[in-house]
Amino acid sequence: MKTLRDVAIGERAVVVKLHGEGAVRRRMMDMGITKNAEVLVRKTAPLGDPIEVKVRGYELSIRKADASLIEVQ
Amino acid sequence: MKQYKIALAGNPNSGKTTMFNDLTGSAQYVGNWPGVTVEKKEGKLKGYGDVIIQDLPGIYSLSPYTLEEIVARTYLINEKPDAIINIVDGTNIERNLYLTTHLLELGIPMVVAVNMMDLVEKGKDKISLDKLSAELGCEVYGISALKGNGTKELAARVVELIKRKEQVQPLHVFAGSIEHAIAHIEDAIAQKAEQKNLRWYAIKLFERDKKAVSALDLPNDLFHDIEQYIVECEMEMDDDAESLITDQRYDYIGRVVAKSVKKHRDHALSVSDKIDRFVTNRFLALPIFALVMFLVYYVSVTTVGTVLTDWTNDTLFAEWIIPGAHNLFTQLGTAPWLSGLIVDGIINGVGAVLGFVPQMLVLFLMLSVLEDCGYMARVAFIMDRIFRKFGLSGKSFIPMLIGSGCSVPGIMASRTIEQEHDRRMTIMTTSFIPCGAKMPIIALIAGALFGGAWWVAPSAYFIGVAAVIVSGIILKKTRMFSGDPAPFVMELPAYHVPAVSNVLRSIWERGWSFIRRAGTVILLSSIVLWFLQGFGMVHGSLQMVSDNNNSLLAAVGRFIAPLFAPLGFGTWQASVGTFTGLIAKENVVSTLGVLYGFGEVAEDGLEYWTMFARDFTALSAFSFMIFNLLCAPCFAAMGAIKREMNNARWTWFAIGYLCVFAYTISLIVFQIGSFVNGGEFTVLTAAAIILLTALIYLLFRSPAKVKAETLSQTAAAHE
Repeated sequence: MKTLRDVAIGERAVVVKLHGEGAVRRRMMDMGITKNAEVLVRKTAPLGDPIEVKVRGYELSIRKADASLIEVQ
Repeated sequence: MKQYKIALAGNPNSGKTTMFNDLTGSAQYVGNWPGVTVEKKEGKLKGYGDVIIQDLPGIYSLSPYTLEEIVARTYLINEKPDAIINIVDGTNIERNLYLTTHLLELGIPMVVAVNMMDLVEKGKDKISLDKLSAELGCEVYGISALKGNGTKELAARVVELIKRKEQVQPLHVFAGSIEHAIAHIEDAIAQKAEQKNLRWYAIKLFERDKKAVSALDLPNDLFHDIEQYIVECEMEMDDDAESLITDQRYDYIGRVVAKSVKKHRDHALSVSDKIDRFVTNRFLALPIFALVMFLVYYVSVTTVGTVLTDWTNDTLFAEWIIPGAHNLFTQLGTAPWLSGLIVDGIINGVGAVLGFVPQMLVLFLMLSVLEDCGYMARVAFIMDRIFRKFGLSGKSFIPMLIGSGCSVPGIMASRTIEQEHDRRMTIMTTSFIPCGAKMPIIALIAGALFGGAWWVAPSAYFIGVAAVIVSGIILKKTRMFSGDPAPFVMELPAYHVPAVSNVLRSIWERGWSFIRRAGTVILLSSIVLWFLQGFGMVHGSLQMVSDNNNSLLAAVGRFIAPLFAPLGFGTWQASVGTFTGLIAKENVVSTLGVLYGFGEVAEDGLEYWTMFARDFTALSAFSFMIFNLLCAPCFAAMGAIKREMNNARWTWFAIGYLCVFAYTISLIVFQIGSFVNGGEFTVLTAAAIILLTALIYLLFRSPAKVKAETLSQTAAAHE
């Protein structure tokens, strides 16, 4: 399974499915990471985590652990 | 006269605060939502005496997972405002409309205000407000809250809308089979809920959001029936209900935006992108961060802030107000106890607290600029990795940094942290960092017993930081802080120039709430302590005493002293010193001076170093220092804790925790230290070893496993 965590900086990916459960998952969906949304991985924070992505025209920061719950293609 | 209520709802960073200020002017009331640390603001709509604007917290959704969202949706459902103004950031319209789809299901008359229209036009995007209005089925206006364009007209329209009292049709955005299931659920609960709320409850039931429907008190077999509709639909659509609902909302928005917004396809980087490439750059981010933090600290703590605070303390109060009041009372011939109460008790005590105000204002200025321009979110982005290990947020860095100057503004700076757990944890641990007023204590100990050794001061900071980390790890594993970790899924808003009016208003609000506190809790505490210090039993009667040795406080000190004996400083002087430290930590040194028979002493108590050294050993002095650094902070800081916790239980828990933690660490250091130095093995040595073992256990045990109930319970209590 390819996840958002595996997407290289500067690359785009399309969301297939969100795994996990509860608050984090719902929050990611609320913020626009839903099925078929296009996500661009912008950069990694200077200490290596979290990452910054662009989705639905704005910038969002998520932890790598949470990014690995987002299945993409 | 009937009062109308309009709720102002929108995403964070959508310009909601600016719009609220623009609509209400200065007629605002700021408080907290009951029992939670979320700020509540309301104000009268300018030009309409009978219309109140209720500012809701900035939210992205009406899910049951964040406190802000629960507060907002509870208000919308239970209080039923007469209308909603939904402010939408036109430059970020897709995600902003997501909340709009929720709000339109409430059956409350609503107007959408598309904000930042000036920026939209500059970016060459085109938003057709008419088409948007037709799609959403509610009125849509373009405004610029910052420039005040269009807000007055909008307010007038909303008021008109309220007075017309039309029935509103809730928005339908879902695909056939979901709508089908929702219709079934609506039928099933038709007897239980009000007609207007039916769709809202039905959707929440479909999402299995039990918290939202707890008020309906549905029987279990009804849940069972409803579950069947949901499962059927999930099978058909091949996804879980919660995902179906969110996906379809965004799909719907996609269609609406496609029809009403023409995006100018420009791949050139925006100004904000360019700034961000630089500011959060892999190599530059940390140096820039250090520079910004240095500037904040330098301006608010070292230079401007200190100059102002010193002036307030040393000139305004010490030279003008206090002598002035003394003279006045002498001329009036007031009884000495009364002038003593007013001048030495009230003015002095409250003055010690108000002295912090100028410094706080400078700090708040810096913080609101950082917040308003968008850098604060980047601070969290940069520091998250380090702080989350201790149950803190990346944004906790700022309270801790400021806390090294003064805990009061430090604790108040925790306001910028979104997650309630992180915020509470930050409030509790910020005062561990040695503040400026604790420096004299450190200087006293270093000078009197360690020959001014260089390592004493750094060790104090090390102990402070270690206390934060250890507490973070221990508390994070307790029931109170357990539950799902708050998701760190954070918007990094576009950079923009902060609005002067917002910054000024935010400084004023925070400063004023502190001053009010100084007028109540802190005032009372100062009077009590003044009384204990200034009165004593002489020849069997209660009277004013000039010699602290005869005061009630000394009696209290003698009574309490045995409690501190296990920590190595069981003298009544040390106990009294610790007590007066509650007014201001630097009082510890001056009080000890008085108790050792000196009127005025240098800041570090140089005059009585030899006498002090006779009462203490190196170890007991170090233990005394640790206790005074870590225990309950001064009244001003406790006032700040109370203000930010907004909950009596949490306030007492925080203060109790600080005292117990300080006592434990001092005991361990003194007792084990004594034993290692060749002392006897006593019961207390055993107690210290047990406490140390317990501490290590708490540090390394696995976290308490409680389902995500902590947050929901607090919230449920308000539903």
